[in-house]
Amino acid sequence: MIERSPLFNFVTYAAMILGLLVVLVPFWIVIVAGSQSLQEVSRVPIVLWPSSHLWENIQSAWLRADLGPKLINSFIVAIGVTAGKILLASISAFAIVFFDFKARMVCFWLIFITLMLPLEVRIVPTYAIAANALLPFQVVLDTLGITGLVQAVSSVRIGLEWNLLNSYTGLILPLVATATGTFLYRQFFMTIPDELIEASKMDGAGPVRFFFDVLLPLSRTNMLALATIMFVSSWNQYLWPLLITTDRTHYGTVVMQLKALIPTQNGTPDWNVTMAGALIIMLPPLLVVALMQRWFVRGLITRDK
Amino acid sequence: MERRAFYRNPVLPWLLIGPQLILVLVFFYWPTSQALYWAFTLEQPWGGGNTWVWLDNFIAIFRDREYWATVARSAFYAICTTGLSMAVALFLACFVDRSLKGTKLFQSVYVWPYAIAAPAAGVAFRFIFAPQSGLIGSINTLWPGIWDPSTNGIHALAMVIICHAWLGIGYNFIFFLAALQMIPRSITEAGAMDGARPLRRMFDLQLPLITPTVFFLLIMNLISSFTDSFGLIDTMTEGGPVGSTEVMVYKIYFDGFKGLDYSGAAAQSIVLMFLVIALTFVQFKWVEKRVHYN
Repeated sequence: MIERSPLFNFVTYAAMILGLLVVLVPFWIVIVAGSQSLQEVSRVPIVLWPSSHLWENIQSAWLRADLGPKLINSFIVAIGVTAGKILLASISAFAIVFFDFKARMVCFWLIFITLMLPLEVRIVPTYAIAANALLPFQVVLDTLGITGLVQAVSSVRIGLEWNLLNSYTGLILPLVATATGTFLYRQFFMTIPDELIEASKMDGAGPVRFFFDVLLPLSRTNMLALATIMFVSSWNQYLWPLLITTDRTHYGTVVMQLKALIPTQNGTPDWNVTMAGALIIMLPPLLVVALMQRWFVRGLITRDK
Repeated sequence: MERRAFYRNPVLPWLLIGPQLILVLVFFYWPTSQALYWAFTLEQPWGGGNTWVWLDNFIAIFRDREYWATVARSAFYAICTTGLSMAVALFLACFVDRSLKGTKLFQSVYVWPYAIAAPAAGVAFRFIFAPQSGLIGSINTLWPGIWDPSTNGIHALAMVIICHAWLGIGYNFIFFLAALQMIPRSITEAGAMDGARPLRRMFDLQLPLITPTVFFLLIMNLISSFTDSFGLIDTMTEGGPVGSTEVMVYKIYFDGFKGLDYSGAAAQSIVLMFLVIALTFVQFKWVEKRVHYN
């Protein structure tokens, strides 16, 4: 604060409280409606104060949308994507920043161009690849004539097939295949002073030792930021899981179930159950963001700028 | 990439970067090239592979009046969402930047929308805006039939736009606040010495200094409103009533997976890709020119 200005301070607080209302109203409505009975939630106008039926509503939402197994699936996918991304991003950024090899720049651009096109715009062909993830290799073998050659020699036809539909691998891998994390790690590795590397070389440490004993401990904050961003974004995925799981009972995630919770056109308008379910579904990423705020804000800003 | 590389090893870097490269090739480059192939070919109705049809698929969608309506609708959607979301976030960031007592509390709550899944927010807003329920719907008891997103296309579109804008507040707020806090304190103090009141400083000092961030967010928001709207629309309106909330991504999904018209959907995907690439390109060009104010 630079000068005293009681009037402007008042305006500031008023504006911030207004903003608080804008941001919190949807959360408040979810909590209020989720805790009311069917009669209360159907009242017009609605009473904007929580009632006592939250636990019953959660139980019926739990049953209706089969939330137990779906929550487990969501956790598996979110943790799988987060762990996979951190692992891949750190080692590939390590290779790009600290190693001298010919194709370095080509690799760099091959990976970073993927930042441009989100999964949604190439959803149709990505779905086709999920039906057989080894198809590109098959095509390469076919065009190079290797398939024909092997068939002529050994009379075995090479048929590569790996179906990712209805599997955790299919839910996780395509989400890991983007460059967000690699970029974040690269930005951080670029700030490591040269002296540090020279010193560790002097002490006789090779690249692997340097990575584990120097880089990883230094990049802890970075890792927390990436973990938060990835957990939230993979938990909240909707379109991809919807396409790749035809077997909803076993591989459905919790966000896909939201639609099943909405009251049907001519059914009972039990929005209280819907809201209780939505509350459960939005809680895990919200908790992660609220708890990790300090780190993730830093990570978000270095990632995108 | 000016950094000097330090290690030389014929195998190790490939082992490190290999997994990522394979994933990117399989799940990015292959599908993208496949989309290009489909966009220029047509699948035979009785099987037997694809025939090359040059630009026929594109001509077909460009001749389709409905497709242009979808494009126009998507553009309108993107502009409204971006404008609304950024305006709210900037407004809040400007006041939070004054760092009065207790600001930290407000600041941490403003970030929350970032954590919410679009379909979850969609369900919540659908209830808030439902014509029969007791929130916005209450005005129907005063003036019957004045608000009904399930039959009125304009109402439905407005509802989805508001929800999408709300979801973006957290992300935009983080960036605006960071940009505002990076302005050197001495500049603000100099402004105050010259007699500029806080409001004047906001318009004449802070806003011009954060234009690079404004522009960056503008592009990011436009891209995300073109591409990210599926979860919202699918839970809130399913493109209806009578197609009045059908945007490009939803049409691609619908034509491709419900209509099984892969060639048409691929051609539409390519158009959307070009749009996103063009926006990214504009950003690179512009940012290159402008970011050197300190």
